[in-house]
Amino acid sequence: MIPEIGHYALILALCVAFVQGTVPVYGAAVGNPRLMALAIPAARSQFFLVLIAFGCLAYAFFMNDFSVLYVAATSNSQLPLHYRLAAIWGAHEGSLLLWTFILTMWMFAVTVFSSHLPAAMRARILGVMGLVSVGFLLFMLSVSNPFERLIPAAVEGRDLNPLLQDPGMVLHPPMLYMGYVGFSVAFAFALAALLGGNLDAAWARWSRPWTTVAWCFLTIGIALGSGWAYYELGWGGWWFWDPVENASFMPWLAGTALVHSLAVTDKRGGFKVWTVLLAIMTFSLSLLGTFLVRSGVLTSVHAFATDPKRGLFILSFLAVVIGGSLALYAWRAPRVGLGGGFAPVSRESFLLANNVMLIAATGAVLLGTLYPLFLDALDLGKISVGPPYFDSVFVPLITPVLFLMGIGPLAQWKKAEVPALAKRVRWAAGVSVATALILPLVLGEWTPLLSLGFLLASWIVSTAIVSVREQLAHMTGGGLIGRLGRLPRSYWGMLLAHGGIAIFVIGVTMVKGFETEQDVRMNVGDTAVVGGYVFRFDGVQNVKGPNYTAVRGTFHVSRAGRDLTVLYPEKRRYLAQNQVMTEAAIDSGLVRDLYVSLGEPLEDGAWSVRLYHKPFVNWIWGGCLVMAVGGVLAVSDRRYRPAWRREPQMVPAGAQLVGR
Amino acid sequence: MNWVIVLLLVSGSAWAGEARPMGDNPAIEARLKQLASELRCLVCQNQTLADSNAPQAEDLRREVREMIAQNMSDQEIIDFLVSRYGDFVLYRPPFKPTTVLLWAGPFVLMVGGGVALAVTLRRRQHMIREAMMTEDDRRRVEQLLSQRSKES
Amino acid sequence: MNRFLLPLTIFGIIVGFLAVGLTLNPREIPSPLIGKAAPAFSLPQLHDESKTFSLDETKGQVWLLNFWASWCSGCRTEHPVLMDLARSGEVPIYGMDYKDQRGDALAWLDRWGNPYQVVAVDASGRVGIDYGVYGVPETYVIDKQGVIRYKQIGPLDEETVAKKILPLVKELQAQ
Repeated sequence: MIPEIGHYALILALCVAFVQGTVPVYGAAVGNPRLMALAIPAARSQFFLVLIAFGCLAYAFFMNDFSVLYVAATSNSQLPLHYRLAAIWGAHEGSLLLWTFILTMWMFAVTVFSSHLPAAMRARILGVMGLVSVGFLLFMLSVSNPFERLIPAAVEGRDLNPLLQDPGMVLHPPMLYMGYVGFSVAFAFALAALLGGNLDAAWARWSRPWTTVAWCFLTIGIALGSGWAYYELGWGGWWFWDPVENASFMPWLAGTALVHSLAVTDKRGGFKVWTVLLAIMTFSLSLLGTFLVRSGVLTSVHAFATDPKRGLFILSFLAVVIGGSLALYAWRAPRVGLGGGFAPVSRESFLLANNVMLIAATGAVLLGTLYPLFLDALDLGKISVGPPYFDSVFVPLITPVLFLMGIGPLAQWKKAEVPALAKRVRWAAGVSVATALILPLVLGEWTPLLSLGFLLASWIVSTAIVSVREQLAHMTGGGLIGRLGRLPRSYWGMLLAHGGIAIFVIGVTMVKGFETEQDVRMNVGDTAVVGGYVFRFDGVQNVKGPNYTAVRGTFHVSRAGRDLTVLYPEKRRYLAQNQVMTEAAIDSGLVRDLYVSLGEPLEDGAWSVRLYHKPFVNWIWGGCLVMAVGGVLAVSDRRYRPAWRREPQMVPAGAQLVGR
Repeated sequence: MNWVIVLLLVSGSAWAGEARPMGDNPAIEARLKQLASELRCLVCQNQTLADSNAPQAEDLRREVREMIAQNMSDQEIIDFLVSRYGDFVLYRPPFKPTTVLLWAGPFVLMVGGGVALAVTLRRRQHMIREAMMTEDDRRRVEQLLSQRSKES
Repeated sequence: MNRFLLPLTIFGIIVGFLAVGLTLNPREIPSPLIGKAAPAFSLPQLHDESKTFSLDETKGQVWLLNFWASWCSGCRTEHPVLMDLARSGEVPIYGMDYKDQRGDALAWLDRWGNPYQVVAVDASGRVGIDYGVYGVPETYVIDKQGVIRYKQIGPLDEETVAKKILPLVKELQAQ
């Protein structure tokens, strides 16, 4: 019964979404306020309907209702509760429901935070989001119904893929989808503006915080996925340029460009056409990612089970949504004015250059990801495009971006003078070059890539210091702390996000340059030395988990005769699918990780073991976290606080007391 | 940094019951690792030969290890694998007519973006000049224009 | 051309490729060995360790080389098809027992039947590497001159045998 309620709620949601996607947009076109006003109740009721559906599926997982095909395929009665609930998005159908649920959540948020928007604008935004939702609900109801029954019911579920039985599974997909789907708001804003023909600075001001929040979620989502792969897959890699990883990275790159382009449109009224195109591109790349993951056109480590019917549906949907919006762009964009002028050397021009490079980098990732498909489609043979390609192509493309990142915030809007700018960054450049030349030598090895990494990281940090110093010099009165406190939050947010990039670059540089690895065979009592740490193998024992049995190794780690820690890597056999998983053991630290992964048992009690010493690896994810915090800080700036929040301040204090 | 120093201190001393590396010759292992990290494990979804624990990947690693021991060059080893498994086994696609676009594409994008940027900036600059034209300038321009029309 | 149409054009091209991509299987990798001489080998036989089986012994006939193993579930799936083909006598099938235990392999053949003329033992998987095998079962069609003409990745089914293998075998036999 409960699954049928969920199914029914989805059907109702589809009807509501259809109304939401048509009536208010029509109302906005003919100027009918009553039709326009329909958007809000429609969006809210759609949210509640999908929430009900989501709750019903969660209930089926909670109750181990194996008469639901999807539950029987992705869960198991022995599975711990938190993984049973995470299993909701453990495969195609449920993750699609999560996608749609998050889309309606964003819609609901738009209804709450948009009271200051003109009615027609709001109607169009929600209408566009409603149309996107129609596509996803139709997709679910036609070829990916999570509530499909299994008759007779299975006695036991086939279990969640053991790879997914991990805390990462609880957090990574929702965060990632919050990001992907969050860009639908910026997309809807852009289409609404194109439809209404009012691409002004206010439009950019409104869509900026939405975009930044989505970008923060995506940043965290990607970082979580990368961290998860690092400790779960057992070979210590954190980024593989896998098609699915690229599918999340491309919207991130385009979204980063969009965040910066919106800043120019907001502050200077420039780049309007470009910003609209970026908003469409960013969401399109999110949709493309959904297609790549679910259609089976590319081989990937974590693709969903594939079905050509589904692929065809998403592709048609993609063609309609993206093709339609790009056609609208081609039709309406030529009429949009150019906005404020600026000189070839100005903050605008630096930001534009940065945008161009970011999009070139996005294009390169897209090319590399799809190239095997292009060749195969033309029957020109099968090739693999992997990390060696992306590494060698991406570094030269992203280097200018990081260079401009340092100089952009220092340049004046509209027109900057090169000699003056050069003078201001003089010492920052000096410090950076010195760091790049000397630091690798101090660390024991000089390579061009190490040097480049340190050059860029110290350039970003030192130019940020120059920027803060100049800002403080322009202010009068107050002590140092007081002046720092008076700098706007959006400024701090920017510095923090850029600092996050620097931290990330340091992490990547250190890991790539100095990580050490040992592939050894160890008998009980044997020791191995990696990166100055002594690992002693103290044997294995059998342990039993809730739904697996495992062999657990004990590794005693010491350094310079001092005991540090004991690590317990495991080799697990999950019972339901009889699948063997390697569970690495990691001792995490600020400046290094020690990573032990158990290989295969060899003769007479020995094991093959992989030992890694990974300096600064946590800075990679720490940098992402700092970036996201920077984004949140920027959004909390008072300039974005909508009118309805500031209004209570104008109410006399007495009135508020009465209210309470 | 301190771990480098520690590494130097520790690596000199011998240990009782020291673990043996999986291969006997560290130089061979280093080359194997470098080669295998650019080769694709064919039975895996998307993994390098170096990272995979699949039996077929172990066989191929063993094969590559033996080829290295026979003093074959990297190119010879790659040719050996390509002749059996095709270009699919290489994560770094070879440069040939069908992959020109793949290798040149990113830099074409970069240069194309740069040119488009330069054109845009130039156009914008004109706009600024027009905006910055003073009354004096305008009078001079009009004067010049009217002179021209008289001359012709 | 209107530069505002450029994004739409690029997107259209990508969609075209993706649509073609939907009809293709990214896991299906053509063998570079087709049209080339089958790599030579000389291996002990499964049923009699003291005897060897080598590539030269098959010269002058069109034959199938089937890589299989007792631990491989796909081999179990295709086994009835191989048995039927062997019974029809259209083409001789030679087996290559790939990375297997002798006892297991013999028991497997006893239980399910033996479609092979001779089974060679590739215990180390080295011949498998020479043939570019990456998963069993895989089946090669080799002509009278010892040239590989076709490679089947994964289990054979009746349709593939009827539509691809047998017509090709007849054609090669007629040459």
